Amino acid sequence: MTNQSPILAVADLSVDLGGRSILRDVSFDLYPGQLCALIGENGAGKTTLLRTLLGLITQRAGTVRIGAAPAREHRELVGYVPQKINFDPDLPLRTRDLVRLGLDGQRLGLPFFDGRTRYAVDQALQAVGAEDFADQRVGELSGGQQQRAVIAHALVRKPRLLILDEPLANLDFGSANALVDLLGRLIVQQQMTVLVTAHDMNPLIPVMDRLVYLVDGRAATGTVAEVVQAEVLSKLYGYPVSVLHHGGRILVLPDAPENADVANMNRCAGHGA
Amino acid sequence: MFAFLSSQPVQTALIVGSCAALISALIGVFTVLRGNAFAGHALADVSSAGGAASFLWGISPLLGFLGMAWIAAFGMEFLGVRKARERDLATGIVLGAGLGLSALFLYLDVTTTSTTGAAVSVMFGSLFAISQGLIWPAILAVLAVFLLVGLFYRPLILTAVDPDLATLRGVSPRWMGLLQLLVLGLAVAVCALAIGAVLATALLIGPAGAAIRLSRRPAQAIFWAMLVALTAVWLGIWMAYESYYWFSGNAWPVSFFVVALIFLFYLLAMFGSSWHQKYQRRSIASLRRLQEP
Repeated sequence: MTNQSPILAVADLSVDLGGRSILRDVSFDLYPGQLCALIGENGAGKTTLLRTLLGLITQRAGTVRIGAAPAREHRELVGYVPQKINFDPDLPLRTRDLVRLGLDGQRLGLPFFDGRTRYAVDQALQAVGAEDFADQRVGELSGGQQQRAVIAHALVRKPRLLILDEPLANLDFGSANALVDLLGRLIVQQQMTVLVTAHDMNPLIPVMDRLVYLVDGRAATGTVAEVVQAEVLSKLYGYPVSVLHHGGRILVLPDAPENADVANMNRCAGHGA
Repeated sequence: MFAFLSSQPVQTALIVGSCAALISALIGVFTVLRGNAFAGHALADVSSAGGAASFLWGISPLLGFLGMAWIAAFGMEFLGVRKARERDLATGIVLGAGLGLSALFLYLDVTTTSTTGAAVSVMFGSLFAISQGLIWPAILAVLAVFLLVGLFYRPLILTAVDPDLATLRGVSPRWMGLLQLLVLGLAVAVCALAIGAVLATALLIGPAGAAIRLSRRPAQAIFWAMLVALTAVWLGIWMAYESYYWFSGNAWPVSFFVVALIFLFYLLAMFGSSWHQKYQRRSIASLRRLQEP
């Protein structure tokens, strides 16, 4: 797999927003058929990184190549699912209309009935399991259903790379698991490559091939085993952290400062005496 | 009925009124979709300054309304309208400045020209007093708006749904926003001519607001909005005409009847859609009950 050329190549990417440095020297490659998780806390720069990949923000330095060409020229290869779209419950737009806009929303003229378009829309609805609510208004759907609708909107053009911003936020455990299953299925059935951001890596561990761990605009990249180590992450955070494994789950915690430890122990000892 | 239809002012009123109904229904749906109702209202109010100026300088009132609405549209776009709060602020500031101009021009209308009733006809409309020469410009405005919206139908809807998704499909939300304000200006001008600058909002927002409650598709919403707007305008004109006999020679203004009918239709749509939802929920609940052993 690795002797294929990468579908996404990010090299030494630095981004400033409003005079503040948001991303510094971020580099990673993503190969076809992989699922890459972009992990970081709120404010670590995840959304900025995604928006730069999509060409919505211009970088200060570094390159983004999608399918071996600069990102702006290859929007056709990328499907994007934003974090949250507020659909008004009154919005007169069915799920299938939203999906169709992913295919021909940029076209001029009126959207007349067209068998091939209809077929492509049905395929996308089927791929995300949205057939049941295809004719309902988007605004009336649950959060998980709306997300499936937007994923279908992104999938309908058959992109090679699917980018999702915090798809697991605002979902209950059941819907989150269903979404992780769906992403795994898309990779196998549609030969898709997936880049997904999250602040918690755990729900994604079963399906992820690589991860980019972002702390304050800087990144460590590799497999889970390579990156999620006390040594690597301590360097990234700039202070000592521990990595705890428990039943297949991973927890990253800052170490208690040593002096504080001693002070605590003394206090405990004092109480004991 | 024959006397009603053969009257010259009634014919003009019916044609210009229908133009206003069609144009406002179409643009209204996009305005409501985009959450732009306040901007629509502001454009209409500010256009009154143009209407007032047209009396002063002896130009066509349609051009007056249109010119001022476009100046205001550019003003709002220029003042920076990225966030919703900034948009409201920019709209409010342009609205204030425009109404100030309107106050000045209406004052000058009264003091320097012999026009009486300019204020009432600019602000609240006088559909039976529209000159026949305005029929063709109104029809042209409708054709221009239908052509533009038909051409950019899908990009406009996509931008209304989410600007980021639009950008990724190669649609510029900025250009779509400007296009929307320009056709909104045209719609406002025709509406202001028909039922007055202050009441134009009612025709712009009311039918669209009622329609989106009844529809699941944009095209369906546009159809219902046109039906509501045309019914309100035609019925309003007829009632105003007949009211001459109802109130022993003191006919009430058309604008009142049109706006009252739109409000009535909106209430009907509101109750209709909530009744429909309740009914749907009940039928789903009773289905579940049937399925349970």
